[in-house]
Amino acid sequence: MANYYQPEIETASREQIVAWQNERLLKQVQHVWDNVPYYRAKMEEKGVTPADIKSIDDLHKLPFLTKADLRDAYPYGLCAKPLSECVRIQSTSGTTGRRVVAFYTQHDVDLWEDCCARAIVAAGGTKEDVVQVAYGYGLFTGGPGLNGGSHKVGCLTLPMSSGNTERQLTFMTDLEATILCCTPSYAQYLAESIEEAGLRDKIKLKAGIFGAEAWSEEMRHDIENRLGIKAYDIYGLTETSGPGVSFECCEQTGMHINEDHFIAEIINPETGEVLPEGEKGELVFTSITKEAFPLLRYRTRDICVLTRKKCSCGRTHVKMSKPMGRSDDMLIVKGVNVFPSQIETVLMEQGYPANYQIIVDRVNHSDTLEVLVEMAPDKFSDSLAEIAEQEKKLVGALKAMLGIFAKVRIVSPKSITRSEGKAVRVIDKRKI
Amino acid sequence: MSVHQISVFLENRAGQLAEVTKLLAENGIDMRAISIAETKDYGVLRLIVDDTDKATEALLASGCILSKTPVTVVCVPDQAGGLAPVLAVLAEGNLDVEYMYSLFTHKEGKAYMVFRISDEEKFCALLAAHGIQTADKDELGLK
Repeated sequence: MANYYQPEIETASREQIVAWQNERLLKQVQHVWDNVPYYRAKMEEKGVTPADIKSIDDLHKLPFLTKADLRDAYPYGLCAKPLSECVRIQSTSGTTGRRVVAFYTQHDVDLWEDCCARAIVAAGGTKEDVVQVAYGYGLFTGGPGLNGGSHKVGCLTLPMSSGNTERQLTFMTDLEATILCCTPSYAQYLAESIEEAGLRDKIKLKAGIFGAEAWSEEMRHDIENRLGIKAYDIYGLTETSGPGVSFECCEQTGMHINEDHFIAEIINPETGEVLPEGEKGELVFTSITKEAFPLLRYRTRDICVLTRKKCSCGRTHVKMSKPMGRSDDMLIVKGVNVFPSQIETVLMEQGYPANYQIIVDRVNHSDTLEVLVEMAPDKFSDSLAEIAEQEKKLVGALKAMLGIFAKVRIVSPKSITRSEGKAVRVIDKRKI
Repeated sequence: MSVHQISVFLENRAGQLAEVTKLLAENGIDMRAISIAETKDYGVLRLIVDDTDKATEALLASGCILSKTPVTVVCVPDQAGGLAPVLAVLAEGNLDVEYMYSLFTHKEGKAYMVFRISDEEKFCALLAAHGIQTADKDELGLK
């Protein structure tokens, strides 16, 4: 069984894919050289010019881009098109407070939506389907991406956004949604709510497309059994467009990367050296069709493995494993990127000691984020109300920085372990 | 000489209060009043001790976070209804009680209450106007 949205692309021969990549990479390098002084300077520093890139075999000669570059070039430094041609931004949190802002031309939006449409069709979606999009809408790419993909396929699209579970269940049952798109933890939560409400017989779901956070095979089985569906993984990041960079097919053994739009490499995160196929390392993407925000060799910090083994679905595009970890300290909480450095920045701005601890857990299928903060002399008062007022300010500042709620727990001064060199900043109790 | 209260930050964790009282005992400090206000995660321990400076020094040296606050100590007849006139004064002056607690010290039919009021000055003026006495360090035998 194979369902394709763009069969001629999704099942193209390897030679054809490489031909597209060669042609598009050369064009993209020239485009970036001409329009992104920030990256051009990086190329010049490395002594590389567009003339040195003759095919994808020369890709390794190009310098990497990292999240730090996105921060340095914020907001417009990596935008390769005049703003008059850009129609959209999406955004995600970055390190030390600066957000990542990615730009899209109408053409970029179209191609991104095509990628999402491929994922929906691979999950069995047709124009007969009712797609419930319960990812957040707004700056977050999840909602807009799947929404656009669903339109492209011609599905009836329910733009629910995240949260408001009762309303989700009402629409799911009344409008007989057949495909659910959300984070896997929210899918688990919805499954539980469906059971509690005794609605299991009333739902018509057949498939789910779940991404934006790590999930295990156990979670997949749990969701599939409880909702009576097939659960498909989808991967993406704001920097390269959003969800749909890669997606699972019926084989459910990895996600096909849309190689006509992205060239994937696996590198050793320590040395930057490109690793052979099948080896575990950091995933690096080069966007070869994006016009407004064309990142070359962007380091995702996700650790995974690529494989070109023939897939029974008939797709020929390389498959990536689920990310197995990170080569930096980024956490994904409720689908949102959280860096310990962001929390540190807020604490220091608010006058709290920078000795903190972050505890992440999953309670009732929902991620929780707690920050342990040491009391400081000038934050103390004999009045509980005044301490609480300070705490409220801190919670507000954290929310503004992270975009999600973090519980603050004030603890004794110097009580967070500092011994043995590096303090344990993050305790992740989630069993995924 | 006004009376000072020591307020100490305490995390809600077993043994925290024991540590503070042990430290005071080791320094020969006598507690005259103790009160705790707490939230789920932490609390504020409020103390009146016989030697505020010495206690402060010892607590700070042990790494505690604390503050010293002047408080009003009111003499209350140690009998039924003794507190009522004081509270009537607060009501009359439209004053808010931030917190209040009692001292262990008793004297010749008198008990003592610690008050922290939104407007201490107005509170004291009203007490005086109603002939209600306040106590200073000497009366309470504090250093």
